[in-house]
Amino acid sequence: MMEVRTDFSIGTMHCRNRVWVASGTFGYGDECLDLVDVNRIGAIITKSLSMKPRDGNPPPRIVETPGGMINSIGLANIGVDRFLEEKAPFLRSIETSVIVNIAASTLEEYRAVLERIEAADCCDGYEINVSCPNVKEGGLSFGTNVRMTAEITRELRPITDKPLIIKLTPNVTSVSEFARAVENEGADAVSLINTLVGMSVDVKTRRPKISTTTGGLSGPAIRPVALAKVYEVVNSVSIPVIGMGGIMCPDDALEFLITGAVAIEIGTANYINPGIAVEIADGIAAYCKDNEISDVNDLIGTLQTDQTISVVKSWL
Amino acid sequence: MKIEILPVVQCEQLQPTVYALHLRSAYFSGNIKPGQFINVKVQGGVYPLLRRPFSVAYKNQDIVTIIFDVVGEGTRILSEKAPGDTVDVLGPLGQSFTIPYPGYTAILVAGGLGMAPMPILTQFLKEQGITNIETFLGARSENYLVDYNLVNVHYATDDNSKGFHGTVVSLLEKWLAENTDKSVYVYACGPNPMLRALQSTLKNRSLSGQVSLECIMACGVGICQGCPVESINDEKKYRLVCKDGPVFDIQSVMIQ
Repeated sequence: MMEVRTDFSIGTMHCRNRVWVASGTFGYGDECLDLVDVNRIGAIITKSLSMKPRDGNPPPRIVETPGGMINSIGLANIGVDRFLEEKAPFLRSIETSVIVNIAASTLEEYRAVLERIEAADCCDGYEINVSCPNVKEGGLSFGTNVRMTAEITRELRPITDKPLIIKLTPNVTSVSEFARAVENEGADAVSLINTLVGMSVDVKTRRPKISTTTGGLSGPAIRPVALAKVYEVVNSVSIPVIGMGGIMCPDDALEFLITGAVAIEIGTANYINPGIAVEIADGIAAYCKDNEISDVNDLIGTLQTDQTISVVKSWL
Repeated sequence: MKIEILPVVQCEQLQPTVYALHLRSAYFSGNIKPGQFINVKVQGGVYPLLRRPFSVAYKNQDIVTIIFDVVGEGTRILSEKAPGDTVDVLGPLGQSFTIPYPGYTAILVAGGLGMAPMPILTQFLKEQGITNIETFLGARSENYLVDYNLVNVHYATDDNSKGFHGTVVSLLEKWLAENTDKSVYVYACGPNPMLRALQSTLKNRSLSGQVSLECIMACGVGICQGCPVESINDEKKYRLVCKDGPVFDIQSVMIQ
């Protein structure tokens, strides 16, 4: 029986498999222990942390749309102090790699949060959220400005030797320009896509369906967009690319890996089944076994674009 | 907390658009507490994408029952379930109704499908020795009055099709004025305007109670932070309906 090798590393961080859980869709890792063996996930990315706790946006914060959902949570989180006190001990105790996601309103806040977490030595890497569409300050105003995105990377890079992953927004004309900019500033990897700005209106009341009018669209509806952005970035940078956007099942994940993402993140699907990451990791391994691929690494970036494309019958 | 695929025992039509879906699960019937809910994936695939939350209405041996009005696609699909079908259920979720102290008349106040958690609450209260129960059931019309395993029911309808002509809170006020000698404790569920009216009625009369809130949710387990309710006199601005509720002390939340 062939064993498929699924583990890999980014810098100093070693992951047991390619399936991570996206920031904001898995809490701080300790919420769903009844439903998932967290030690079988490739990496856990925490809810975005800011220096001080944030209440988040007023309700309603979510609405379902065709094949997706729009959220406007507004980075509700417990802040660094409570994170270190209440959540870090659990995250230290598990075998799975932990990536702390940091969101901030100012450059100084990004630096301060990273320094605090780094000093506590409670994680294996960082994902920097410069792309939240649901907060007034920081968030998307950083992530859609290539100079700011580069500057944040430049400021944070010297603070840690752990992997620094910049999470990019698709709400720009050329996401690869942003990827190249952070690569030049020493980012270890980029992850994409964060949510697409979306909107939905209640025609009975003629009001938006969420309190902030627009929010972030996620779910399978955005997957083709996400895949195209990942394809673009994979062909623009040499650092690892982590792909996400509407991945619901192993085949969805495989599309991203074949396109060239070294790992994928599961977001919205966690809301339906908090154990889905493990099922997808198993599905990727099973696909490799079926196709006699002994190491998932050999699958990454194997997209064939130079041949005649045959009609896929399964659409029927 | 578990995810289980539950067989449909029966989908029973209670009113023109209201159904009771009976599901078989020893785990859920054994573990559900009154006021807790289950998060239901109504069918496979990505439409509808998210689970839909429903209070468990009743339990009988290894069967749990949810009661719902067909108000959207999720409930329409559920209403068409038949024996042999299954649904994917996550739960039990949330905080339950509790008995804060012994020896009172329990007042159950429900507006429309807010009756959903009341039958299982009635079962629980009786088991726990709270046998004086008065149920106030209001709806816009008789077609939405769902009297399912409830006791001592006082009816109110907006259109005067059955019982008291007016709101369920007005009916309750009338009853309270006539029964000032009784020690009462209130359990409520219903539309927000009704709950707001009840909140002020109880405050004016210095009566206490618990309320079960409804909210759009994604995960149902506290991860997505999608279902906040503003809290009153609390260090945190928001509580989550799914995890901190759906049952709250009625004076502890700002009902929008």
